[in-house]
Amino acid sequence: MASIIENDMGCPSGQDTGLDLARQSSGASRSINYIDFVQTRADGTHSLNLMVSGVHCAGCVAKIERNISALDGVQFARMNLSTLRLTIHWTGAKNKADQIANLLSSLGYGTQPFDIELQPLGTKKQLSKLLKAMAVAGFASANIMLLSVGVWASSGEMTDSQQTLMHWISALIAIPVVAYSGRVFFASAWQALKNRTTNMDVPISLALILACALSLYETINKNPDTYFDAAVMLCFLLLIGRYLDMRLRLRTGESAQRLAAMQAHSANLILPDGSIKSVRTSQVKPGDLLLIAAGENVPVDGQIKQGISEVDASIATGEALPQHAKPGDKVYSGMINIGAPLQIEALAVSEDSFLSEISKMVEAGEQKKSRYVKIADKAAKAYVPIVHSLALLTFLGWLMVGGEIRTAMINAIAVLIITCPCALGLAVPAVQIVAAGRLFKKGVLIRSGDALERLAKIDNIIFDKTGTLTLGRLALANGKDISKDQLESAAKLARASTHPKARAVARAAGKGPLAKDIKEIPGKGLQAIIDGKSVKFGSGSWCGVKRENDMRNMAWLKIGTRKPVMFEFKDRIRGDSLHVIEQLKDRGYELELLSGDTVEMARTVAQDLGIQKWAGEVSPKDKLARLGQLQEQGLFPMMVGDGINDAPALAAATASASPATAAMVTRASSDIILLGDDLEGLPVVLEVAQKAQQRVKENLGLAVVYNILAVPLAVFGFVNPLIAAIAMSLSSLLVTLNALRMRVTKPERRPTT
Amino acid sequence: MNSLLWLIPIAIVLGLIGLAGFFWTIRNDQYEDPEGDAARILHSEDKPL
Repeated sequence: MASIIENDMGCPSGQDTGLDLARQSSGASRSINYIDFVQTRADGTHSLNLMVSGVHCAGCVAKIERNISALDGVQFARMNLSTLRLTIHWTGAKNKADQIANLLSSLGYGTQPFDIELQPLGTKKQLSKLLKAMAVAGFASANIMLLSVGVWASSGEMTDSQQTLMHWISALIAIPVVAYSGRVFFASAWQALKNRTTNMDVPISLALILACALSLYETINKNPDTYFDAAVMLCFLLLIGRYLDMRLRLRTGESAQRLAAMQAHSANLILPDGSIKSVRTSQVKPGDLLLIAAGENVPVDGQIKQGISEVDASIATGEALPQHAKPGDKVYSGMINIGAPLQIEALAVSEDSFLSEISKMVEAGEQKKSRYVKIADKAAKAYVPIVHSLALLTFLGWLMVGGEIRTAMINAIAVLIITCPCALGLAVPAVQIVAAGRLFKKGVLIRSGDALERLAKIDNIIFDKTGTLTLGRLALANGKDISKDQLESAAKLARASTHPKARAVARAAGKGPLAKDIKEIPGKGLQAIIDGKSVKFGSGSWCGVKRENDMRNMAWLKIGTRKPVMFEFKDRIRGDSLHVIEQLKDRGYELELLSGDTVEMARTVAQDLGIQKWAGEVSPKDKLARLGQLQEQGLFPMMVGDGINDAPALAAATASASPATAAMVTRASSDIILLGDDLEGLPVVLEVAQKAQQRVKENLGLAVVYNILAVPLAVFGFVNPLIAAIAMSLSSLLVTLNALRMRVTKPERRPTT
Repeated sequence: MNSLLWLIPIAIVLGLIGLAGFFWTIRNDQYEDPEGDAARILHSEDKPL
C-alpha cells in the first residue's frame, strides 16, 4: 500500500532542492558534528532533533520514517510535517547520529541539527494550557448563549422565576469558567499593575470581573439583565487570539546558547619542559604556549609560533576556502585547524577572545531588538486610559443626571464590556498566523509575529557574500580541462577526505570506489597507489609544481611521474541570486554587500550581481557599525547572512534572514529562515510582511470604527446583553474574515526546477 | 417547563462529554502536527482500535 501511494504522489519539486541542500550541508566547509546535538535521555537511549528540508508530501514522510526506523537500534522516528522537524530515538552508540544524517541526505533531503532546548518543555505546556482554557471557555459560551437566546426570545412567555432559574444556571457555569479560563489575563494584568504599568489585560480583567460580579448581583436580586454570556464569550474570543499568537512564537524559537559549544573546552598547554598538559580553556593566560592538533578548534585568540597549516576561518570571515597559516599569523578562537599541528602563543584570555566577543555582540543586539514595541502594544497604550476614563465618566455622568447608583454602574460596566478589545486582541495575531502559514508553504520560517511588523518597515538590505549570495562551498571550476580518468583517479583519493577541495572533487565525480590504503598527509594532500602507480592529490609544492603557477584555489593531481594536472576551485553563486537581486532592486530597496572575504572577491560578486555598494574585508564589528550608521540615519536595514561572523549584525538589524544552511547560532539570531537552496523566499517575505502590516492596520481601523459606533450606545445606556453579544461577535468575525483575505492571492510564479 | 428541567442538564452533559474528548485530544498530542497527521493517515498500518 505504502509504496503505491509513494509513487503516485511523488514529490513535485522537493527532490532536487533537497538533494542540493543535503550535499551542501554535508560539505566539509562547514561540517556539522551531529554527535554534539545528540541528547541522552533518562532511560539511556539517545535522541536527536533534525530540521529536514525538501519534505513535501505523505510519500516523503513515509519514506523517511520507514528508512530511519529500519536502522539498527532505532526505536522511534517521527517526521513532523508542520514544523519540518524529525525526532529520532535510538539505543546504542551516540555516533549513529552521523549515520542517520547520511541516510537522510542519500534519500535526498537536507538536514540541519535542531536543538531540543529550542522548544522548551515549559512553552509547550503553556500552549496546551491555553488550548484547554480556550476549550473550556468555548464550551461555556456555547451553553450560556443557548440559555440566553432562550431568555431573549421568550419575550414575556417566560415567568420571572423561570428567567431567574436560567440566570442561576448561567452563573453556575460562567463564574467557575471565567475563574479558570481568565487566569491568563488576570495573571498578566496583576503583573502589570504590580510594576505600576498597564497593558491590554487590565481592562480585559476588569471587564470580566465586573461583568460577572454585576450579573451575579442582578441574578440574586432577580433582575432581568445579566452579562454572563458576554463575559464568557469575551474570554473565549480573546483566548483564540492568545493561542494563535503563542503558537506562532513556538514554531521557530531557537536558543543562541550554541556559541559556547563551538569554543573548545580544553586547551593543550605546552609546559616549559616541553611536556603537554590539558587544561580548561578558561585557565589559559596570555603568553601561554598552546598546541593545536589537526582537526581541533582554536581555544583562544593567538599568534602562530611554529608550524605551517591550513585553518578553516569561516567563523571569522565566512569564507569557504581554507586559509594558509604560517608563523606570525593570527588565529582566532573558533577557527578550526585542518592541516598540520600548530603551536600558538595565546594573546587573550578566553573571555576576551573572538568567539566570546561575538556572543556578547549578539546578546546586545537581541536585547535591543526585544525593546521593539509591537503595534498591538502601542494600540493598547493609547486604548487603556481612554476606555477607563470613559467608563468612569459614564458612571459619574449618570450619577449627575440623577440616575441610581445601580443604573450608573450597569452602564459603566456596559462601556467596559463593549469597548473590550476583542477585535483588537484578534486583529493582530489572526493576520500574523495567516501570513506565517503562507510563508511556511513558501519555505520560509518566521520566528515571531513582531518579526513580520519589522520586516514591513525595511528599506535597506545588506547581504553577506559567502553562503548567502554564493553557495559557500567549493566547486570544481575547470572540469572541462580534466579528463574523465584523471577526475576519477583524483576522486578515488578525494572520497576519503573531508577537506573542502577533496569534497568538491568527490561531488564532481559522483559516487564510486575508493583507492586502497589512502594516506592523508596534513598540509600536503592525499596519497595512494592505484594500479601499481603512486597517485598524489594535493598542494602544488608537494606535487612538484612551480610556485608561480600555484594558487590558493588550486589542487594538483600527480600520477606516477606524469605532469601534474591542475584542479581549480571556485565558490558558486546561488542559483537564483541574480533574479532575486533584480526583483529587490525593482521594488526600490537599497542593496549593499558586506563581505568578510577579500576585497577582490567581494568586488567580483558585487559586479556579477549588479550591486553598487559593496565592501570587502569587513569584520563582524564593522558590519555592526555600518548597521548602526544606517539606523542613525533613520533607515531600517535588513541583514541577510549565514556565517557566525554575521550573527551580531543579524541580531542588531531591524530585521534579518538567514538560509537554512547557516550556522546554528546565525539562525538563532535571525528573524526568518529561508529553507531550500535559493533566496527566492526573500522578496516573497517582504511582500507578505507588507501586506500583513496593511491588514493589521485595517483591522485596527475596523476596531476603532466599531468602537466609535458602539460606545455612545453604551454610554447613554442603550446597550442590553443582546446588543453586547451581537456587537462583540460581529466585530471579531469581521476582523477574522479580513485576516483570512491574506490567504487568497493571485497565483504566483513558481520557481522552475 | 418540566421538559427544561431535564433537557438543560442533558445539553450540559453532552457538552461536557465533548469537552472531555477535546482534552483527550490535547493530551494525545493531536495538535502537534496537523499536516503530518493528514498525510500519515494514508500510510499507517491498520490496527484494531
